[in-house]
Amino acid sequence: MEFLVASGIGVLTAAGLYLILRLRTFPVIVGLSLLSYAVNVFLFASGRLAANAPPILNPYKADATYTDPLPQALVLTAIVISFGMTAVIVMIALAAYLSEKDDRIDMTEETGEDA
Amino acid sequence: MSHLVILPVILPAVMGPFIVMVLRHHLSLTRIFSVGATVALVAVSLMLLAKASTGAVLTYELGDWPAPFGIVLVLDRLSALMVVLTAVLALIVLLYVIGSRWDARGQLFHALYQFQLMGLMGAFLTGDAFNLFVFFEVLLIASYGLMIHGGGGTRFRAGVQYVVYNLVGSAIFLFALGTIYAVTGTLNMADLAEKVAALPAGDSALIRVGAVLLLLVFAIKAAVLPLHFWLPATYANAPLPVAALFAIMTKVGAYSILRMYTLVFGPDVAVTAGLAGDWLLPAALATLALGSVGILGARELGRLVAFGAIASVGTLLVAISMFTQTAAAAGIYYMIHSTLATAALFLVADLVTERRGSAIAVARPMPQTGLISAFYFAGAIGLAGMPPLSGFIGKLFIMDAARTDPMMTTIWTVILVTSLITLVGLARTGSILFWRPFDPANGFEPRAEEPEEEDNHPTWVMRPHPRTLPFVATGALLTTLGLLTVFAGPVMSYAQATAEQLFEPSAVIDTVLRRP
Repeated sequence: MEFLVASGIGVLTAAGLYLILRLRTFPVIVGLSLLSYAVNVFLFASGRLAANAPPILNPYKADATYTDPLPQALVLTAIVISFGMTAVIVMIALAAYLSEKDDRIDMTEETGEDA
Repeated sequence: MSHLVILPVILPAVMGPFIVMVLRHHLSLTRIFSVGATVALVAVSLMLLAKASTGAVLTYELGDWPAPFGIVLVLDRLSALMVVLTAVLALIVLLYVIGSRWDARGQLFHALYQFQLMGLMGAFLTGDAFNLFVFFEVLLIASYGLMIHGGGGTRFRAGVQYVVYNLVGSAIFLFALGTIYAVTGTLNMADLAEKVAALPAGDSALIRVGAVLLLLVFAIKAAVLPLHFWLPATYANAPLPVAALFAIMTKVGAYSILRMYTLVFGPDVAVTAGLAGDWLLPAALATLALGSVGILGARELGRLVAFGAIASVGTLLVAISMFTQTAAAAGIYYMIHSTLATAALFLVADLVTERRGSAIAVARPMPQTGLISAFYFAGAIGLAGMPPLSGFIGKLFIMDAARTDPMMTTIWTVILVTSLITLVGLARTGSILFWRPFDPANGFEPRAEEPEEEDNHPTWVMRPHPRTLPFVATGALLTTLGLLTVFAGPVMSYAQATAEQLFEPSAVIDTVLRRP
């Protein structure tokens, strides 16, 4: 399970970074979303992975397994924030596209497909 | 536990939604409430400063959960100072914005402004690393709104760049926090300090990765050399009074570096020893060099001041990255100075830009040239660090603190040479803007087409500006620079006490973790 989660985070991060480097607003926003998914899974894993365990301590069972509840709270916060941020950047990017008729991120003067 | 500590966060947090929901259609009421809230914020922050200046450490446990289980706000000398600085700057910039009617050029300026203040205050007061992330996001999301205030295609495009850059920064911040949590099992700064110091020396790889990632995030916020690319385009394209408020935002990054790398990853912690200073000092020197060259090469007034902000952050981080007590005290003094000087010059830049456009080129004479050029002169002296204003004293303190550093020659050379370059750049700009006579026969602008030009470029029209509030605000900001010079002694002794508290963190740690 650790290997799967780790490689999943890696693939998501790599794909996100590749898309961010495309320098057009749509791929960049998708890339940022992928990056934030990778971050969320990473935060989730920072409390160690334990399957089928509740996020609370059981005082009546000495050897009870449990998952760390704090990363779950952190991930919840991070999800809400990244959701809001994605909404904001979509609106700003839309405003930039509609007023300038151009969806490039960089502000150089060159034109062309990948300028 | 005093409730006063959380008031700087609560006050704007209540006022922002109140303005959105109740006052959104009444501009004058909005202005009254916004100014009132900011005045109250200054009052509260001064009370906090009075409490903190005794050396006491005040904490506020949210929900009464004891640290490290709950979120805790911590008020020590450094955070009290930053809170006062933010509140005073915010009040003056707010008066300028109202006087120049920038707030009427778009929707909900004052609500965003209050949210921005909430994020700034929270970032300075919090004692929890994840809470720091949350307040960073609050101040960033408000700054996105403020940055594109007033609209316009170029401003939106610069806004997209700014948001993308900071979203990547936020992702790195979360990776850093996850790594640190995975190693230590806590995110409370005081608790982290103890856990990190107790880590076995052989098991340092992960925590070092976390510390470096965290440093990267703060370097993005502070605009240190390889990560500064967002700053010039953002500040130059934002409304310039907003950029004046943003002068404190780069200092949030510098503050966070100062806080985390003295309290948690301090210079005498074995597992991360030398990690921050070794990398930060060369980067800070390069940032300073780049900023001053940028000032020399700028063709737009907003961009010129933006590079001035980069240069001042460079100087500040040179002081911080020596990680000694005297250097930190000098850095704290320079932090106050550079925030006020950069903001003042942004306001002057807006006064000029509103009258004759942003290009540093010869143009038609503008109204109130005499007063504006005097303001520019004072602000430029402040930014370049020339006597008699406080920038000179600040740089002198920093260079004095660098005498014991092994890289002393390099630090002195870079600071002195960049001061000269900055001075030349600012003098060149000032003489083009205010002294070069406008000659229509010179081919700059044919006089015959003047009436049409006026229709096409309404901002270029020469019209009397009877508004006095912008001048009062700019003058007030420059007066604070003067006060900082006159009262350099008391301020510096406060800065020294602050540095002492920073490098003896055991009192703060014990207070936060409720140990007698």
